[in-house]
Amino acid sequence: MSRRLLTAAVAAALLAMLVAAPSALADALTPESGGSQNADNIDTLYKITLYIGLVIFLIVEGTLIWSLVRFRARRGGPEAAQMRGNTPLEVGWTLGAALILVMLTVVTFLYLDDIENPPASGPNGLRASQAQFASIDQPEPPTSGGPVLRVNVVGQQYLWRFDYGQSNDLFTYHQMVVPVDTTVVLHITASDVIHSWWIPKLGGKADGVPGHINETWFKIPGKLAGTTFHGQCAELCGAGHADMRAEVRAVTPDQFEQWAAGQREAIQAAHDDLAAQRRLRERQD
Amino acid sequence: MEAGTATPTKVARPEVIVHGVETPPRGWLAWLTTTDHKKIGILYIATALVFLMLGGVEALIMRLQLAQPNGTLVAPETYNGLVTMHGTTMVFLFVIPLIAGFGNYLIPLMIGARDMAFPKLNALSYWLTLFGGVAFYCSIFFEPPEAGWTMYAPLSDDLYSAAGGVDAWIFLIHLTGMSSLLGAVNFVATIHNMRAPGMSWGRMPLFVWTILVFSYLLILALPAIAAAVTMLLTDRHFGTSFFDPTGGGDPLLWQHLFWFFGHPEVYIMVLPAFGMISEILPVFARKPIFGYKAIAAATVAIAFLGMLVWAHHMFATPTATVVLAFFMLSSFTIAVPTGIKIFNWIATLWRGSIVYKTPLYFAAALPGLFVIGGISGIQLAIFPVDWQLHDSYFVVAHFHYTIFGGGVFGYFAGLYYWWPKMTGRMLSESLGKLSFWLMFVGFNVTFLIQHSAGLSGMPRRVYDYNEELGVTTYNLISTIGAFILATGVVVTVVNIVWSAKRGKKAGNDPWKANTLEWFTSSPPPPNNFDVIPRVRSVEPMKDIRREVLAGARPAETVAQPAAPRSV
Repeated sequence: MSRRLLTAAVAAALLAMLVAAPSALADALTPESGGSQNADNIDTLYKITLYIGLVIFLIVEGTLIWSLVRFRARRGGPEAAQMRGNTPLEVGWTLGAALILVMLTVVTFLYLDDIENPPASGPNGLRASQAQFASIDQPEPPTSGGPVLRVNVVGQQYLWRFDYGQSNDLFTYHQMVVPVDTTVVLHITASDVIHSWWIPKLGGKADGVPGHINETWFKIPGKLAGTTFHGQCAELCGAGHADMRAEVRAVTPDQFEQWAAGQREAIQAAHDDLAAQRRLRERQD
Repeated sequence: MEAGTATPTKVARPEVIVHGVETPPRGWLAWLTTTDHKKIGILYIATALVFLMLGGVEALIMRLQLAQPNGTLVAPETYNGLVTMHGTTMVFLFVIPLIAGFGNYLIPLMIGARDMAFPKLNALSYWLTLFGGVAFYCSIFFEPPEAGWTMYAPLSDDLYSAAGGVDAWIFLIHLTGMSSLLGAVNFVATIHNMRAPGMSWGRMPLFVWTILVFSYLLILALPAIAAAVTMLLTDRHFGTSFFDPTGGGDPLLWQHLFWFFGHPEVYIMVLPAFGMISEILPVFARKPIFGYKAIAAATVAIAFLGMLVWAHHMFATPTATVVLAFFMLSSFTIAVPTGIKIFNWIATLWRGSIVYKTPLYFAAALPGLFVIGGISGIQLAIFPVDWQLHDSYFVVAHFHYTIFGGGVFGYFAGLYYWWPKMTGRMLSESLGKLSFWLMFVGFNVTFLIQHSAGLSGMPRRVYDYNEELGVTTYNLISTIGAFILATGVVVTVVNIVWSAKRGKKAGNDPWKANTLEWFTSSPPPPNNFDVIPRVRSVEPMKDIRREVLAGARPAETVAQPAAPRSV
């Protein structure tokens, strides 16, 4: 009797915990999301697999534990049933497992397009007039609509470099600044060893492999302007691997324009300064 | 010589000429020179347990460093060294030698043979593994490798890992790889040719099936890694650029070659554990194994499909979607035979009369833990989902559930189950059960929470993490669990040491088991069997017990051919 009470109490406590902390639990059980549609879609796809997995988990653990408890040897208990197999049962769980996998395959391909292929930029994104960043020499623009911002991401021990466009006049390190409601397509590579680009809230990883160009994308909704997203290198790249962090700061298109102009000026000024120093040194020699 | 050839006609009657009497060596020399499969098996198992301790200490140092953010216990370089040493040790110096040890000890006994097919080759296999381990561990006195056990190029190339640690790792791979290849050939030859009369393929114990499949997988997979590490060696020292993009090579080539070996390696590490619990569960459930043919067929299917899934370790690399889709589907298909096994094990327990001994605890935990690794494996196989989970602590949790939960728990079951046969003494049940519960609780506390750490954005192989990532509590829990787990392993070691002298005498067949190794004495004599019973079913010992109970002579037996003089 007391044992039954104890079981009931444990069950009630577990249930209370489940009810009380759904948000904390959800955070602990699902991937990061919320910064971009692809991250949200991955999150949804993950949850579908989690629910299917949980059902399988409960069936397996349930029958396992029940068999272990129910069929323990007892004095005067029944003899073990001497059965060697059951073909219909074997065929049944083989087909059952296969069916679940077919379902998962279908669901995956339903979500795949939205995760893999960048959508068009939104109406409040970077405008065509501001689209000097949208390089025209790239093959196959993803979709029609507003211009797409392309950023070349280069990993190096232990820092990320972001090049906007092809002209080499606008780049940053560590923190990438991007306009909201604009599709940002990243071309990722590395200059020394393999690195892996990962900002969890903005979608999955893409390895930067020397000699290869990898591609991924994100599109930050307008209401998240002013947010900074954090991430870090996900492929062991040497002693400083854990310190190879990255940030993506989302701003409004106008703020982005301002920032880009300022950054361009600063870079130009640094170039000029360098040239001046060189001339000075040459004169002194 | 001259005299002998000069007088040939005088030798008319037969004569016996003794050139000298070889006394079998004793003490440590007996272990050094042995070609007896049982002694070699014990050497393998002892070596594996020593390396388990080393790899475990490395893991504990890593967990201590990560217990809190901004840990200062070890430097980043040291941490990367620990990551590399831990992974390499556990795969190449603990799990594989442990399987080789059990295989060596048990295969000839289970199939009713006197020894392995090639005893001297067998000894060579063991010593190659030991010296591979020694060569690798010598690197800690100089500079250990720091590029992870996967040794991805170009990080492992001389430009980024100039120190000799990577070379020590390459030697380890070559030496243990050669050891495993020779061992595998030996197992294949033994199992194909030396089975007891009447032991057809359909009457072979399931553990023997898994060792056979394990051996074929090694023979198929090892050449790829042997080639890859040789290419890495020449890249590092002789100016080639197989993996160096600046010389026209490709870092992805390393990953393909590595994982072409590396994924079959996963099944190489777990299939024998599946075989072990397929032996142990029926014995303690007092029931025949459910679906013998299905389990044997599933083993072969897993091995075949396991050769076709390697690129699911490379979903985040620049690779065409159609390739990713292929490897997703091939990885999915493995879930079917694995699921078949899990259901068959549960059905074996179903309506049994389950006797609760330590081997059963470990064996019954295996399907319960492996299913968690299996489910997370399916999630990881979905490549868009993998883009989030890849190279995070989720993956660390996943492969510990498969290899520790699905492998090592099986090997501990095997250790407790066959220890009485190996030593003639029982292990303590109370220490065994204590060890099990500490390991079971510690394992889950350590690794279940690591799923959450990975989902929150913590990458693997980091010596430190940001407090704002929100994984501080997860890591503390994981560290506490690691110490509970380690305590459990230590209890088993204490149990082994204690019972070696004081354990209860075991007798031939303490568990009322099914297979031939329990027919002989514990420990078995040098040549295993005086007579071999004719095998009439998958459970020859059960037949023999029945005949003895019925008052009949213990089975029709077949005399062994005369044993050789020296061992």
